[in-house]
Amino acid sequence: MSEERLHRRHQHILHDPSGDGVDRRGFLECMAWAGTGLLWAVSAGVLSSQRLALAGEAPPPGAFHFAQISDSHIGFAAGANRDVTATLQLALARVKALQPAPAFVLHTGDLTHGQKAAEFDTLEGTLQGAGVGQVFYVPGEHDVFADGGKEYLARHGRGTQGGGWHSFDYQGVHFIGLVNVLNLKPGGLGVLGEEQLAWLDKDVAGLSGSTPIVVFAHIPLWAVYPPWGWGTDDGERALGLLRRFGSVTVLNGHIHQVLQKVEGTITFHTAMSTAFPQPAPGTAPAPGPVTVPADRLQQVLGIREVNVVRGTGTLAVVDSSLA
Amino acid sequence: METMYPSTPRRSRWSHGLTVASILALVVASSTFAAAQKTPSAPPGRVVKVAAAPQVEIHDFQFTPATVTVPVGTTVTWTNRDDTLHTVTEANRRFASPGLDPGGVFSYTFASAGSYTYFCSLHPHMTATVIVK
Repeated sequence: MSEERLHRRHQHILHDPSGDGVDRRGFLECMAWAGTGLLWAVSAGVLSSQRLALAGEAPPPGAFHFAQISDSHIGFAAGANRDVTATLQLALARVKALQPAPAFVLHTGDLTHGQKAAEFDTLEGTLQGAGVGQVFYVPGEHDVFADGGKEYLARHGRGTQGGGWHSFDYQGVHFIGLVNVLNLKPGGLGVLGEEQLAWLDKDVAGLSGSTPIVVFAHIPLWAVYPPWGWGTDDGERALGLLRRFGSVTVLNGHIHQVLQKVEGTITFHTAMSTAFPQPAPGTAPAPGPVTVPADRLQQVLGIREVNVVRGTGTLAVVDSSLA
Repeated sequence: METMYPSTPRRSRWSHGLTVASILALVVASSTFAAAQKTPSAPPGRVVKVAAAPQVEIHDFQFTPATVTVPVGTTVTWTNRDDTLHTVTEANRRFASPGLDPGGVFSYTFASAGSYTYFCSLHPHMTATVIVK
């Protein structure tokens, strides 16, 4: 398999629903490998960027950023990565180095590998030790497969509904954490279920269409590659409830690589893992962990920074690998 | 008149008897062997019921063989030969293994007849069946 498929470098995507004729969709090579981010700003329809590297530099007014990490798989210890805790620590160091500090972190699931209490303990301890601030979670199937979510909810269920779904607002942006890893059926994909869809319907009912929406869930909400279970059976029903909004950003994990898709006002981004990579869709017999040479591992793991320019619904997504 | 019989030395008479006995033994043995071969073998296309415990391997995100047919009371054993965690979970949770690490083994004894569809609860696209007759 080509290493290029696994190798995701800095990618900048700007999703701008204002339609003022400026081309905001393109890929740029990030100028620095040290993990510095870029803040995109729109002023009078002209795009500009500003490095966030300098300590103490205040972001432009009305902008904030947050980070996403995913698939830490604490407890995994096979050839693809013998120390997933160490690579998680590297990822968190990168998050901590973002300037200014991100408002919070989203973890899009598979916190643990074997759903064991000790693995959850290590995950929580590592996050607390890194001092990255508040973390919001959604579970992956590895976090709930053996007990239907009991252990996960005991630790991360406070303030959530049902199987762990929840929403919150931050500076005018509405964040929705969905759970699509419970009650999986043989031959099926991820599933949200009727109870959660009914909750989602009520949750967004009162919001104006100009409210920027960020959805985070473990399994991709769109059909990335159904033969490997990479999709959500009833994902389209959730998206249907969100199509009226002018800016919807869907952040997923599960597939351990960055893929993006744009559908009208909805932009989808899957994320790198902090533990191990997986093959690109259909390029291998199975979606198992991929072993790369040890000196390349950090290049195929990574974090994401999302910059929000308030008032425009503009979100800039910056993915960076650990090395 | 005197009848002349060919003389047979004592030794060759004894070895002659031995030879005859051996031949007789061989005949008896071969007919016993033939009797054993008279059991009819299973006609082609029909699943042979196995007396030994059937094994299912988990490899490359697949259960192999995908279908196993066993008599009531059989214990089936699954072995994870992949390099990641898998489970053996019946669709209606009639049986469910814990997470099986690489090399992990799970067994289940089928006490009732029926068709059991099972899958990996971590990778639900992995499905297979045990038919119990």
